[in-house]
Amino acid sequence: MEAVVQEQAMEMVARRRSWRVSLEAFSFMSPAMVLVTLFFFIPVVLLLWISLTNLSSNTFGNPLCVGGMRDFCESLGIRVGRVEFVGVSNYRRLFADRFFPKILGNTLFYVFTTLIFFNVGLALILALLTTHIERRTGFLFRAIWLLPRITPSVIYIMMWKRISADAPYGILNQFLVPLGFEPKAWLKEAPWLFVIITNGFVGASFGMLIFSSAIESIPRDYIMAAKVDGASTLQIIRTIIIPLIKWPLLFVTTYQTLSLLASFEYILLLTNGGPGLYRTEVWSLTAYHRALQTYFGNNQWGYGAAWGFVLVVIGIIFSLIYLRVFRFDELVQEPKIDAL
Amino acid sequence: MRVELRNLSKRWGNVVGVDNISLEVKDGEFVAFLGPSGCGKTTTLLMIAGIYKPTSGEILFDGRVVNHVPPKDRNIGMVFQSYALYPHMTVFDNIAYPLKLQKLPKEEIRERVQRVADMMGIGHLLDRKPGQLSGGQQQRVALGRALVKNPKLLLFDEPLSNLDARLRLTMRGEIKRRQMELGITSIYVTHDQVEAMTMADRIAVIKDGKLQAYDTPEELYERPRTLFIASFIGNPPMNLIRGVEVVRENGTYWTQCPAFRVPVPPERGEKVAGQGEIIMGIRPEDITLAAEEDGQGVVGEVYVVEPLGRDDLISVQLLGDVYVHFLADPHLKLRPGMKITMHFDTSKVQFFDPESERSLLWG
Repeated sequence: MEAVVQEQAMEMVARRRSWRVSLEAFSFMSPAMVLVTLFFFIPVVLLLWISLTNLSSNTFGNPLCVGGMRDFCESLGIRVGRVEFVGVSNYRRLFADRFFPKILGNTLFYVFTTLIFFNVGLALILALLTTHIERRTGFLFRAIWLLPRITPSVIYIMMWKRISADAPYGILNQFLVPLGFEPKAWLKEAPWLFVIITNGFVGASFGMLIFSSAIESIPRDYIMAAKVDGASTLQIIRTIIIPLIKWPLLFVTTYQTLSLLASFEYILLLTNGGPGLYRTEVWSLTAYHRALQTYFGNNQWGYGAAWGFVLVVIGIIFSLIYLRVFRFDELVQEPKIDAL
Repeated sequence: MRVELRNLSKRWGNVVGVDNISLEVKDGEFVAFLGPSGCGKTTTLLMIAGIYKPTSGEILFDGRVVNHVPPKDRNIGMVFQSYALYPHMTVFDNIAYPLKLQKLPKEEIRERVQRVADMMGIGHLLDRKPGQLSGGQQQRVALGRALVKNPKLLLFDEPLSNLDARLRLTMRGEIKRRQMELGITSIYVTHDQVEAMTMADRIAVIKDGKLQAYDTPEELYERPRTLFIASFIGNPPMNLIRGVEVVRENGTYWTQCPAFRVPVPPERGEKVAGQGEIIMGIRPEDITLAAEEDGQGVVGEVYVVEPLGRDDLISVQLLGDVYVHFLADPHLKLRPGMKITMHFDTSKVQFFDPESERSLLWG
């Protein structure tokens, strides 16, 4: 009997302790949880909610004119909303859109071309180059490369528009014509090239910074040992440096995939999805166009929200694939205690 | 392989790392570069490895200038203080790395790695990553990786500094033995004079980028040419007493200062007599506790007693704020404050010029 009482007492103490431990854990996580809730979960729920309605500039009304107020509002001439839940019809419309395959293809092409050639590829090349020259020169080069990132997007894109403009304004043409080339409206000729370059030049600076700090933190001894072991510079890069910056590489790949999926402001400013029909229209730009900037002035917030919500789902799917394929769980593995 | 350095210098702007070093390492010889931290010994080693380019001077391998030969074509093996094992590769891949770069057939690589690993006693650890090995095991892997390509020259950069004292002793013997068995010319950088003395055939003493001496351990110990060598070589270090005069009276040479007056053998005394105030050097092992007052003893007061186990290291204060160290039997139970009389065995005493700090006996 006594033993049972004791056991119960101990169980209570243990339960109280575990409650305290989890309370402590939650208190440490709370700032992050507040942020994620405020800026991710709540917006996503709102987005989902809106995407299930027919909310648009046509159906939008004064939010006070609901229920019994409707008739009263109407009699006063105040605009009454006709917002209704429409179920998944926005989603059905989205997947049935005849430009849906085109936009999906554009998005994947834009994200992965920019990612491979610039945000990871060029970033790695720049990081390798600037860490293999004199330290201060390398630092200066990286600082300069970073400048477009703090240039206002509109100014940055206006410069590119001037560079690629048709004769007689285009800067590119002014250099090419004396060399015997036909003057062209380059942005119309190769819109993807400019979309990818404008994004890639700026995007590469992020990876460049992460990679060069990772490369610089590799102990010099590894590089010296590899040289003595008989490795050429390229072999050192391939067999020592790249494997040792594996985690920064995977992190930048993951992070930049998501940020490219969501980015559209340079495309909006540069081509606005054109030239022609949906030539460079990507997913997030479509969501923007549908919800906030339609040709006929009818902002279809509900329909645009459906595009936005599917993009969130695509982003989550990519995150899960990356987490799985790149085995990020290994990053937080228990350290192996060194035996003497 | 024979290694020769000719007027080798390395400067970074105004900073001189290595200043005009010339020396020769014979085929199969084990040479230690000995000096305090930042003296330029590692810089010299890295120039021999081809990682640093010399500012001036020449490096010759078997009579051929190799200044512009990249490290990968120098056929050297190197062991680093940090071991520099590639953390993302297994032990097998670490040791196999130099062979893979030579594009040898897989079967041969496996065979040679296994042979070297067995020789180093790490044959059972080939699947592990360096992070899963102890310090001593990592050291063996590093040595194995240096040896696997049958280098003509082995370079060691303070390879034992990161090991605990006991393991250091074991590895010291092991490295020396492997080097003797394989007969590979070796250069070993260390700041530990015991390591240099016990392992090397010849020691290059380096200070402030300059070569101070290049000789056998015995020569450096018995006949130090500068004050620096005398103070650096030997453990515990040589006692150096300033303001000592050597005079000749009635055919006997005496070394004297306010603290003591002891006779010196004529072959040493005659070289330094009447030179004014000079520096006398006497090793702790040449000082013993005198049985009783015989008129030639040196009187002092025990200042500190440091038990070393087999011996006590005794620090004694003499007249005029002069301190000397010597080793005494712990059973004598010397304690601070005790008045004692010591006997100085002056047959191996050293004398140095206080200005030039050069030896007056062997200068």
